[in-house]
Amino acid sequence: MEELATIIATASPLVYAVVGETITEKAGVINLSLDGSIMLSAMAAFATSFITGSVWLGFLAAILVSAGIAALIAFSSIKLHLNQIAVGFVLTLLAADLASFLGDPYVGERAAHVEPWAIPGLSKIPVIGDVLFDHNLSVYGSYLVVIAAYWFIFRTKRGLELQGVGERPEAAFARGIPVNRLRYIYTIIGGGLVGMAGAAFSLDVKLGWRDGLTQNFGWIALAIVIFGGWHPIRGAIGCYLFGALQTLALKLQPVWPDLSQILPILPFALMIFTLLLVYLDWFRRLGDRHPGWRRLLASDPPSGIGRIFKRE
Amino acid sequence: MALELVDIHKHFGRVRANDGVTLRVEAGELHGLLGENGAGKSTLMKVLSGFHEAGSGEISLDGELLALRSPRDAIEAGIGMLHQDPLVFLPFTVLDNFMLGSGTNDRGIAAEGLDELSDRFGFSFDHDTPVRRLTVGERQQLEIARLLWLGARVLILDEPTTGISASQREQLFATLKTLAAEGMIVVFVSHKLEEIEDLCDRVTVMRLGKVVGETRLPVPAEQLVEMMFGKIIAPTGRAGSSTGSTTLRLDDVVLGSGLLNTDATSLGVSEGEIIGLAGLEGSGQRLLLEACTGLLEPESGSIALGDKDMTGLAYRSYHEAGVHYLPAGRLEEGLVSGLTITEHFVLAAGASDFFVDWDAAADRAAALIEEFSIKGTPDSTAESLSGGNQQRLLLAMMPPHIRLLLMEHPTRGLDIESADWVWTQLLERRDHGTAVVFASADLDELLLYSDRILVFFAGRVIKELDARQTDGDQLGHLIGGRSVA
Repeated sequence: MEELATIIATASPLVYAVVGETITEKAGVINLSLDGSIMLSAMAAFATSFITGSVWLGFLAAILVSAGIAALIAFSSIKLHLNQIAVGFVLTLLAADLASFLGDPYVGERAAHVEPWAIPGLSKIPVIGDVLFDHNLSVYGSYLVVIAAYWFIFRTKRGLELQGVGERPEAAFARGIPVNRLRYIYTIIGGGLVGMAGAAFSLDVKLGWRDGLTQNFGWIALAIVIFGGWHPIRGAIGCYLFGALQTLALKLQPVWPDLSQILPILPFALMIFTLLLVYLDWFRRLGDRHPGWRRLLASDPPSGIGRIFKRE
Repeated sequence: MALELVDIHKHFGRVRANDGVTLRVEAGELHGLLGENGAGKSTLMKVLSGFHEAGSGEISLDGELLALRSPRDAIEAGIGMLHQDPLVFLPFTVLDNFMLGSGTNDRGIAAEGLDELSDRFGFSFDHDTPVRRLTVGERQQLEIARLLWLGARVLILDEPTTGISASQREQLFATLKTLAAEGMIVVFVSHKLEEIEDLCDRVTVMRLGKVVGETRLPVPAEQLVEMMFGKIIAPTGRAGSSTGSTTLRLDDVVLGSGLLNTDATSLGVSEGEIIGLAGLEGSGQRLLLEACTGLLEPESGSIALGDKDMTGLAYRSYHEAGVHYLPAGRLEEGLVSGLTITEHFVLAAGASDFFVDWDAAADRAAALIEEFSIKGTPDSTAESLSGGNQQRLLLAMMPPHIRLLLMEHPTRGLDIESADWVWTQLLERRDHGTAVVFASADLDELLLYSDRILVFFAGRVIKELDARQTDGDQLGHLIGGRSVA
């Protein structure tokens, strides 16, 4: 039981990042800067919390940093017609280096962090209470974000428009939808969630700041978005799966001390392997056999992804 | 009520797509807009639907001046457009497609609206089917219903009959007639003369970005052709076919893709023979063509070219044996978008040297552009060419000696003049001994040029016909799966 609770908690930053990137990509924009964005946000959150003593301001700083990077990607692609992959890649390197440079004074310091808070009532439910409701606001927020994103994307009119913009921008435009304005909005919102991932790392899960604190988690989040078939709930499942692999690797360290170099990296490799399985034919056909589950099992990317919409 | 367009100008770079177009369409009349490919019809309609912003000119509906800066403005003014390739979202359900952009969030109301309109026009939709599973004709019906539900008073249809079946076409025409009779303004854009004659009460003809004439229908077809092209084109007649030795031989070939499996098919094609493949889209014609070019390995049976058994060999072997394939997706499968005409010719010629002599290549390209009358320069990119000119480029790229030429929809989307030119080229090849196998949805084309026609239905060749002893009715019935004694 304790392990399950740990998995849920350690996966929460990834959940923020995956849901954020899912929203962005659903609108047809790829924000490839995730790894750097998360790093710089984690640093900004920690530094802000250290200076002001406020966890809330820490989260706010993190959101602003990643939303700003996302806005840059949206602007360079929509206005300047630059390649999103290239810009995202450059920004990820830049942000990571910037985090390392600006964060140097804060390495090894202690700052205010997210306080544990068991939800009264719910946390008393046997089993489920311990696993899900005995954490802190950052973890609860990650549940909320998944549910809210699912509900918004698949249950509301605005969500349908969001999908339309990413699927076939010309068709969305023909229906009077302001394609590029929506792309700005959802890229920035997605970026804000990525920022929360950074704050959740440095103010909760990994407590503190050091160089390379969140390294590779951005890339794994990008992979989980694909594993998740651009669906927030399936994406969250991917995050928990990854969390389970991480916990397992940690537990195995004392068993095979010789493998201590390899075990921490193994979850990343296994996650990529799972990604391949999802793309096998039998998995894709599951959706045809169970129409009710079609949306959860489908794994086709939004067709208009990465494509710049220009009006002649 | 009337729709008026006055002195519309629209330029793309130096190309004057619309050069001072004035048009008046009365309600209650089916108004045709006729012209060859690239005459500026689609551009004009995209201006009218807010998709393009006009350079200058005025548009008014019912005497009221409209400012159409985006499709939203057009929708609010009551102007709806059905694009040539229906702008639907393939993975979304029917109901989601119907609702998207409508401003309502109530699925119940939307479902009611869709059902009501479907009943009225005899459409039938399952709300939860992904639109990907719908035929092109059904996607159009969904778009029409959607536009009407949004309150369109003007309905524009851009080449709506491309890729739909004959019965869907009839249903579409019936729908349009009903709508016009109810007082809607309906503009039907087409380059197909027969359709305009069948359907419309009045027609405006465009050529090179300008309106060249308007008339009430019916008038003699020659008059319309003359307006479209400025000259009369005589149809190419059929030359006697010479049949020599066997070029292609299929024995009990069984083909399968994920979606469709064909029954065992046998076929022999002689030198200089033209075989037409008829049938609804996706009945197995494409599988057969792909098998003959080595792109699809048969599950059983054998394929031979001349005396040589080719079963299981790769595309390259077929290519070297003189097989050439021109698929329907000219830009997607045949040409490379972004590359110029010169670069295409260099690619097609194959590499012999390490460096490219670009001056010589450009000269050669210019000569071929002249010879094949392609409208473009050596530096024009493939995607900037019109459909007809893309097909000309593809034909110009063919190697000089071909034993077997396989084509899919050789003249789809082309105007009469280009289509005629394409067949002149093909017949010339035929006369030099090339065997031609082509799939087409155009019955006239099949009957006019084939020696034999194979009719496909659901993966099976249901009939082999002698084209000379067949008429359009019989062929049409067979394609629909109805056997005729």
